[in-house]
Amino acid sequence: MNMPRFWREIQGRYNLIGSRCGNCGEYFFPKRDICPKCHRKSVGKMETVKFSGRGRIISYSIVHDPHPEYKDMRPYIMAIIELEEGPRLTAQVVDCSPEEVKTGMEVEATFRKLAEDGKEGVIFYGYKFRPLRK
Amino acid sequence: MEAGIISYGAYIPRYRIKPEEIGRVWGEDGAARGKGLGVMAKSVPAPDEDVITIAVEAARNALKRVDIDPKDIGAIYTGSESHPYAVKPTSTVVAEAIMASPDLTAADYEFACKAGTAALQNVLGLVESGIIKYGMAIGSDTSQGAPGDPLEYTASAGGAAFLVGKDGVIAEINGMYSYTTDTPDFWRREGQPYPSHGGRFTGEPAYFRHVLTAAKGMMERMGTEAKDYDYVVLHQPNGKFPRRAAKKLGFSPEQLETGLLTPRIGNTYSGAVPLGLSAVLDAAEPGNRILAVSFGSGAGSDAFDITVTDEMKKFRKERAPLVMDMVNDEVFIDYATYVKYRKKIRRKGD
Repeated sequence: MNMPRFWREIQGRYNLIGSRCGNCGEYFFPKRDICPKCHRKSVGKMETVKFSGRGRIISYSIVHDPHPEYKDMRPYIMAIIELEEGPRLTAQVVDCSPEEVKTGMEVEATFRKLAEDGKEGVIFYGYKFRPLRK
Repeated sequence: MEAGIISYGAYIPRYRIKPEEIGRVWGEDGAARGKGLGVMAKSVPAPDEDVITIAVEAARNALKRVDIDPKDIGAIYTGSESHPYAVKPTSTVVAEAIMASPDLTAADYEFACKAGTAALQNVLGLVESGIIKYGMAIGSDTSQGAPGDPLEYTASAGGAAFLVGKDGVIAEINGMYSYTTDTPDFWRREGQPYPSHGGRFTGEPAYFRHVLTAAKGMMERMGTEAKDYDYVVLHQPNGKFPRRAAKKLGFSPEQLETGLLTPRIGNTYSGAVPLGLSAVLDAAEPGNRILAVSFGSGAGSDAFDITVTDEMKKFRKERAPLVMDMVNDEVFIDYATYVKYRKKIRRKGD
């Protein structure tokens, strides 16, 4: 991961900061400067929003052949999650075994280590999801 | 003191390993070891958890329970002996992750197992003096025990965060007292992956001398006796030391039990007294009085005399998980998984 780019995206990755179009009301994640539906009409109307972090699993995949950094967690779950405000994103689902995961499962965002740039490099943190604690 | 605890939040990783499993690998009677230490299991962080992620989860849980603007937090201090970076603070990540940045001061504390209570003393001072409106003090650790070392039976992970302010105080601080000496009972030199300890030396001249003196010193200053408290929370490197210390101080097992988590989750180091106090606050009623005494090797103890206020009735505890919810959410792993999770295996490129 590229450090300056990651640093620019910290608010999105740490706190699920996205956008809402002031023209049509649709929510976006990650943050957008222009609404892809309203185009020019959304100029100056895009609002910054913090998503609640709650959502549900739309689809998932059990990863058996992982990126080397994720080997310790193999097999692990990657899912498309629909946030309760509407946008969808892809994230790892933790604190959940491949036997427990289900489509439609309610999840909530959690703060985890995403990767590290080798033993001497920076550590990247951000959102992952876990089954919703009732 | 006008400044007090206005909210708190905890976090405990869900993985656990039993002493029987550790003993099986090292040719020891793990069950007997666990019984001797008073520990039935210890918590283990997932491969993607560390002091920073635990501190953030605890801080977020504290913020869920109150309706304050995180931008009003003027200081964040995180105490730990296992900060992920040697240089680069844990607290700056926490500040950004709870959206308290950038108008605040942040720093990391280190004092073996009492760095979290040292952080609490400091935010209390800043809030009391009126320099800041709110302050966040966190104790969080993913403590290390060398493979095969007795510490491996107890060194665990967890943390808790306290939000300090003057409005809506749920737990008043009646007084603080610390007792500090140069006692080399436990240490870790710069660059070393595992700590060293003085074996039996860690008991009498270190833990007991500091904890007992700080507890007695606090009670003398407050004019109280053990019977005046509803709960006592003592540092808990194992299940045995705090029980013996509580008895020597005249506390009953009932006064100690609620805040004694080590038998279920091991020694969470800087998280230990903060988590024990959180478990007590989960259960406490207005008017309850609490004595909390931490201990950090090297060595020192911080004592706090606390009274739960009527504000506790309005406090939205249910917005975040209770300590016992997390203690009871356990997934047991074997020793091989444990060494993989704790990165104790030497790999290519290490």
